[in-house]
Amino acid sequence: MRAPSSDAIVAGDTLLAVEAVSLRFGGVRALTDVSFDIRKGEIRAIIGPNGAGKTSMLNCINGFYHPTEGRITFKGVTRPKMRPYEAARGGIARTFQNVALFKGMTTLDNIMTGRALKMRRGFFWQLLRHGPAMNEEVAHRKAVEEIIDFLQIQHIRKTPVGKLPYGLQKRVELGRALAMEPELLLLDEPMAGMNLEEKEDMSRFILDVNNQFGTTIALIEHDIGVVMDLSDRVVVLEYGRKIADGTPAEVKTDKAVIDAYLGVAH
Amino acid sequence: MFYREAGQFKTSYYADQAIFPILQDRIGVAAILFVAFTLPLAASDFFVGSVMIPFLVFSLAAIGLNILTGYTGLISLGTGAFMGVGAYACYKLTTIFPDVPIVAHILAAGFFSAAIGVIFGLPSLRIKGFYLAVATLAAQFFLQWCFVRIPWLYNNNASGAIEVPVRTLMGIDVTGANATPMVRYYVILAIVVAMTWVASNIVHGRVGRQWMAVRDMDIAAELIGIRLLNTKLLAFAVSSFYCGVAGAVMMFLWYGGGEAADAFNINQSFNILFMVIIGGLGSLIGSFFGAAFISSFPTLLKFGLPMVGIHIGSASVEHLTHFAIGALIIAFLIVEPHGLARLWQIGKQKLRVWPFPY
Repeated sequence: MRAPSSDAIVAGDTLLAVEAVSLRFGGVRALTDVSFDIRKGEIRAIIGPNGAGKTSMLNCINGFYHPTEGRITFKGVTRPKMRPYEAARGGIARTFQNVALFKGMTTLDNIMTGRALKMRRGFFWQLLRHGPAMNEEVAHRKAVEEIIDFLQIQHIRKTPVGKLPYGLQKRVELGRALAMEPELLLLDEPMAGMNLEEKEDMSRFILDVNNQFGTTIALIEHDIGVVMDLSDRVVVLEYGRKIADGTPAEVKTDKAVIDAYLGVAH
Repeated sequence: MFYREAGQFKTSYYADQAIFPILQDRIGVAAILFVAFTLPLAASDFFVGSVMIPFLVFSLAAIGLNILTGYTGLISLGTGAFMGVGAYACYKLTTIFPDVPIVAHILAAGFFSAAIGVIFGLPSLRIKGFYLAVATLAAQFFLQWCFVRIPWLYNNNASGAIEVPVRTLMGIDVTGANATPMVRYYVILAIVVAMTWVASNIVHGRVGRQWMAVRDMDIAAELIGIRLLNTKLLAFAVSSFYCGVAGAVMMFLWYGGGEAADAFNINQSFNILFMVIIGGLGSLIGSFFGAAFISSFPTLLKFGLPMVGIHIGSASVEHLTHFAIGALIIAFLIVEPHGLARLWQIGKQKLRVWPFPY
């Protein structure tokens, strides 16, 4: 399902490096001097209290915001002002904290839309919807069906996503991101608002994506239990600054992290 | 009861990706096409010329606006002007190249309209919703001004109107005073059928999905690699193409000439927008429903009421039409924002599970 990657980055090498990134909106400092890296093949968690700048960080990585200072290097290439579609083209996919599906479209069409970049047939063939355009459509339908099988959403294939319950919408959104066959998958609170069972399902999918397709994953999550179980390394943000970075075990015992989450006696 | 998909198993994705996967739908479409092509043999010239031709022309324009507003989510109030661009472009083309078949000119006129549409679509990257509607309103007024103030567009003639010349296709008069409603109907029908087929191909494929993605959640669309400006401009181009062809067809095959500035004014833009809203945003069949409803409603009142013994003046009919359509638009916006197409869909769904409620 995953396209062979053209570059020589192997598991363990740095896939994405964030160097001294700062992001300011007028006087508001969303991020200050944040540096960390994401290695190929790992699950990297970004945690922190509300308003710590986690989502802003993801927005910088996929080009939705441009850092005021600092550099983001993806696959060895630094782009000063990367547009979101360029990030997508480079292999960065993303899900959103508040589900951002195409509500009027079916599950199948949503995930098919995720293949937009992979579909190459020009407008002329689209007018005819026969021959090459239709063959391409069918080929991508096959790829999409594999994702649908993988996420076990066969029964809602032709249901408009606006009618689906929240947990399934989150799953469809993951499916849409997977349809891009990304090298780096950014998940913004994939388990927010889910019950225990749904969280377990989603955790399993995330681990399976990582194992089966070798996709590198960066995820934001508030459920510390999930983060500790899933992730290889964790970066902790507070008030836009990085306060800790390391394995879950290291982060768990870090003084600054405990202070950030539990508060400090003054 | 007859509308069942039970027993129709698709064994390939090819079959499942078809536009009409259900057999009964395909039969239905074939039946409609059969009726459409045999209708002039049974119906009077008056019915063909005054009911069917307007219906088809408006359907085409409504499909055009639906591509922009219904599928891509960009509101436009410039439909009338884009239709006008098509009509004037066709007029200039047939003046300059009188020997080329008029149908070729009508289709070529669509490209001029598409180009103008793209220019006025440029602001759509930055502005949305009502503000975009106002920007397209500027297109409407500017182009309408051009239609009146640039005499070159109407060949400097004294009337300031498009004087439709006689053009023949395979020896038969297609435009001009001697073209029969039946001939004009067949030419329009062929154009509308072909362009509807193409539109349905576009909206069911990659491009259509990208349009709907931009409509439903533009940020997410951008993050999966869809370039917003290109996608929106393509929607403007295709939409304006359809409107332009509709305008050319309207002027050459329906009106047969006349004061084009009046035919392509802001009222026309609203008229088409109402068709799209009542018919159903984001639905091709809805475009036909809306066009049928709004274009035939006045005729129905005018000739239907006397038949049941109610005699009212033609002015009253016009006022009554305005009242009724206004009320219906409000009703639709409240009760069924997806229009007649949604009612059609609900009806089909009911048939599918009949006699059970769900």
